[in-house]
Amino acid sequence: MFMQHFADGILSGAIVALGAIGLSFTMKILRFANFSHSELLTWGGYLALIFLAFAGSFTDLSASKISPFSFGWPMLFAMLGSAAATSLLAVLLHYLVFRRLARTAGHMTLVFASFGIALLLRHLVLLFWGHDPIYYSNELQFAIRIPGGARVMPDQVFLLGLTILVVVFLHLFLTRSRTGIAMRGVAENPELARITGVNVDWIIIWVWVIGASGAAISGVLYGMTVQLRPELGFSLILPLFAAAILGGAGSLYGAVLGGLIVGLSENLSVMVIPSTYKPAVPFLLILVILYFRPDGIFGERK
Amino acid sequence: MIGFVSYLVFFLILALTFGIAVLGLNLQWGYTGLFNAGVAGFVAVGGYVMAILTGPARPEVLGGFELPFVIGLAGAMLAAGLAAWIIGLMTLRLRHEYLAVATFGIAVTIHLICLNWEYVTGGTLGLIGIPNPVRAFSDSVLMQNVFYLLIVAVAALVAFVALERIVQSPWGRMLKAIREDEEAAASLGKSPARVRLESFVLGCMLMGLCGALYVGFIGYVSPSDFLPIVTFQIWTMLIVGGSANNRGALVGAILVWGVWVGSGFFVSRVVPPEIQAQGGALQAILIGLILVLTLLFRPKGLIGEEVHVSRHAQL
Amino acid sequence: MTRQTQKPVLSAAGIVAGYRPDLPILHGVEVAVTAGEVATIIGPNGAGKSTLIKAIAGLVAISAGTVLLDGEDITGQPAHQLARLGAGFVPQTGNVFASLTIQENLILGGIGLGRGEAFARVKEIYQRYPMLGEKRHDKAATLSGGQRQILAVARVLIMRPRLILLDEPTAGLSPMAAAELFQLVRVLAADGAAILMVEQNARAALKMSDTGFVLAEGQNRLSGPASDLLADAKVGQIFLGQRGAAKKAAKKAARKSSSKGANR
Repeated sequence: MFMQHFADGILSGAIVALGAIGLSFTMKILRFANFSHSELLTWGGYLALIFLAFAGSFTDLSASKISPFSFGWPMLFAMLGSAAATSLLAVLLHYLVFRRLARTAGHMTLVFASFGIALLLRHLVLLFWGHDPIYYSNELQFAIRIPGGARVMPDQVFLLGLTILVVVFLHLFLTRSRTGIAMRGVAENPELARITGVNVDWIIIWVWVIGASGAAISGVLYGMTVQLRPELGFSLILPLFAAAILGGAGSLYGAVLGGLIVGLSENLSVMVIPSTYKPAVPFLLILVILYFRPDGIFGERK
Repeated sequence: MIGFVSYLVFFLILALTFGIAVLGLNLQWGYTGLFNAGVAGFVAVGGYVMAILTGPARPEVLGGFELPFVIGLAGAMLAAGLAAWIIGLMTLRLRHEYLAVATFGIAVTIHLICLNWEYVTGGTLGLIGIPNPVRAFSDSVLMQNVFYLLIVAVAALVAFVALERIVQSPWGRMLKAIREDEEAAASLGKSPARVRLESFVLGCMLMGLCGALYVGFIGYVSPSDFLPIVTFQIWTMLIVGGSANNRGALVGAILVWGVWVGSGFFVSRVVPPEIQAQGGALQAILIGLILVLTLLFRPKGLIGEEVHVSRHAQL
Repeated sequence: MTRQTQKPVLSAAGIVAGYRPDLPILHGVEVAVTAGEVATIIGPNGAGKSTLIKAIAGLVAISAGTVLLDGEDITGQPAHQLARLGAGFVPQTGNVFASLTIQENLILGGIGLGRGEAFARVKEIYQRYPMLGEKRHDKAATLSGGQRQILAVARVLIMRPRLILLDEPTAGLSPMAAAELFQLVRVLAADGAAILMVEQNARAALKMSDTGFVLAEGQNRLSGPASDLLADAKVGQIFLGQRGAAKKAAKKAARKSSSKGANR
């Protein structure tokens, strides 16, 4: 049993990690807790449906699946398309709302606004797609047995592999590309970055794009391995925040580690507490961390 | 005509009930600068305690106390206050964003408990049969509601006057000082942490009162009455009405509730029955839009005072 | 061509600026620096020295006045453009990215250049300042105060600026590190840059500068060759107030009459 929970923990941790990367960066660079970030996961998952349908008009979706997975190249196309579209959504929200408010008001106003936007985004999904869960495909998969008596689906293996790829890619981006280095500079000291010649406004757009893309991919992976439903993002708010706070705002590896810890603790906890209380585990984690470190693990006093 | 009056009474009962919670939130945010993102949780505590204290005996569920209405209200307020006290001790020294996350988590946890701790809360089915004292006063539903409206209006008035008095008292001036500059306030003697806790507890007690009055009116309670949307509604009422302003809190409550009800009406009339549930999303979308637009264009709300403006508006 | 007849690289006039538009700190200030010249701004606390240099650098809003760089109007340009226009700024605090390596700090200095060119210029910096080259993959946080200042200046040099602005570059440095930094500044001037510094350590700064500007309460009080200012009793008055200055002048007179002969 333990191995199964452990495996589930790693997989759910990967989803949280991908979503938390964007949250962590925006928390550090834009300096507010964005309660609407989780809805980018929801929208990422649902937008992929549109791209999938588009691809489906060119090819037979079931026939194009790549065994043993439940999907084929159309899904990869949908993922990329969704990342792009969700990035556009995030940048739009930034221009229309967050940037304007950041100029004229304090952090908490931004948090309020993010509440409002989260509400809007979630119910727009409800309006357009309805209450019921949606699945990308009805393909059956055969579970793979792994040592310890656990079983995982091929799609879940893909999830893990893709997450690792994304993290490696981001690491290279942050350390090898000048834009990535500039982003780290902005995270540490935006004014110095400006003085140095970095166009901070541009970097902020990049932050949104990366965060939204990570969120979109996470949402699609969730939809692929669990299901798409309007409360997808909402159910992940606390895990995402827990991961970002655990790992320290602004840290790529922190977000990944945080995500894994959240996923593992959630799934392993059902061995000791009733599984209906599972959603409370990330919250308890948050309380514990913040009790010992009121500014977060690597936080700085304002 | 009677139908309209009857509807208006019904509307005002709920609007003013929410208004009490908004007053509580105003104390916490408008006067003390505490970001409570878990309002629905404290309202739920008040509602459930009211149901448990005043309700009849129930099979397999805690109950049967059948205490009087007023005791129920008091008990609800105390319970909410106690919960706030415990939670406040754990979380109030967190800075704003983290306080928001923590209080949000608390509401989610309270909701989980309401769903699962069946012995106390009746689980997903909730608790029914909560007695309404006004039934004894009249046979006409309209008159009953009018009496209840009187009760709620009195409660709201008392809360309003009490808060106005409190914020002008030395304790209230201390609150304002803490919001402006905590270190300077601490040097004046009284501990800011203690004052903040007191404000948090008092605000949550009002939220508990709101829950109790709501449950007393509706007659039953279930977890779906306290979804996060309630927190959004109350925050929107506060922001629309203007924070640090008690009158604004009540006006905001009435206005936003009006929009909510009005849009619900619109949806039920215009939207075809098969997609009613989806149409219901329109209400939330409207509330979300109002919140965001108010923040963008009228951050001071309608009857505003000062708003928590950052000195470093730089990005 | 003497320095006085050269056209100034930096020419700022009538500057009214402050952190809030309704509360200006500077009330019509002017400064000018020519190529190869080291000019220092001195003055008592609250005079607006830092505000002036930050205003020129585009970090503080200018509500009136103009800033010309080699005749080109750069007033109110966004701060991140200044590096590309040929003006580099070394702020007083937070002037290196502590969490980035030396190499990364320098790379960011060249963000306005093409990738290849930027890397080439970083190599040039390593040739000029071997210490930075040796530690290139170390995080800037591991550097000493003096080394950080050198990194901060080196970062600015990547863009080969015509104008270098420094805000209290020797603040917090040991006397030896401060002297080294001043040495570095003179070398940069000798290479042709126009240098404008704000310094709290007025005496030491004036000793190594060509020109001085004395600011008080947001206005110019005295300007001229640094050597003149060093000898001028009025400078002391501006810093210390009437009584203090008179005491100082008396002490100085007593010392002068008893010593063999001062340098300046």
